[in-house]
Amino acid sequence: MADCGCGCGGGIKLVYACSGCADVGDIADRIARKLKRDGSANMTCLAGLGADLSGFVESAKSADINITVDGCGVLCAKKTLQRHSIEPMSFCITQMGLLKGKTPVSDEIVNEISELIKEKIE
Amino acid sequence: MEIKILGTGCPKCINLEKAARAAAETFDFEINIGKVTEIDQIMDYGVMITPALVIDEKVVSAGKVHSIEQIKELIVKHKS
Repeated sequence: MADCGCGCGGGIKLVYACSGCADVGDIADRIARKLKRDGSANMTCLAGLGADLSGFVESAKSADINITVDGCGVLCAKKTLQRHSIEPMSFCITQMGLLKGKTPVSDEIVNEISELIKEKIE
Repeated sequence: MEIKILGTGCPKCINLEKAARAAAETFDFEINIGKVTEIDQIMDYGVMITPALVIDEKVVSAGKVHSIEQIKELIVKHKS
């Protein structure tokens, strides 16, 4: 990253969470925030892409890697990026062994899944 | 037309501004060029990667340093 800290130095990874209403959507949101806190990726707003706001769209197009974290197999986050012809690195919580509607939202689970994702993106 | 360069002042931002000014001089209509350097204001545009180029409040690129010719094309494309 450049000295200015503006993110213009390349190697930009952007992460989006579906942040859906189910427990797994909540977990997806917390994972994205943890990836941001840990410096693994920059979190940005999926809603901005959904609203076709130009700054979000152009940023996604220029990112080196776009990462989506979806709670379930509906894959709203992944499909939101695909609407803009962007193919993200996609992670789906229910495809990683958790059950929608039956998973407690705990730090332990968030940390465990976050580490699995980090191994793939770093 | 209003053009803004979004960036905190790194060499890429400066180069994009220079190219934008050079491109603007080739047109016979008024083009005002401004800079947005405050990160909070840059984030208000939804921009995560700088430098970004804004034409009449629409972000037309992020994270790219365009050539003068490329900026001229963007100006023509986004001229209302």
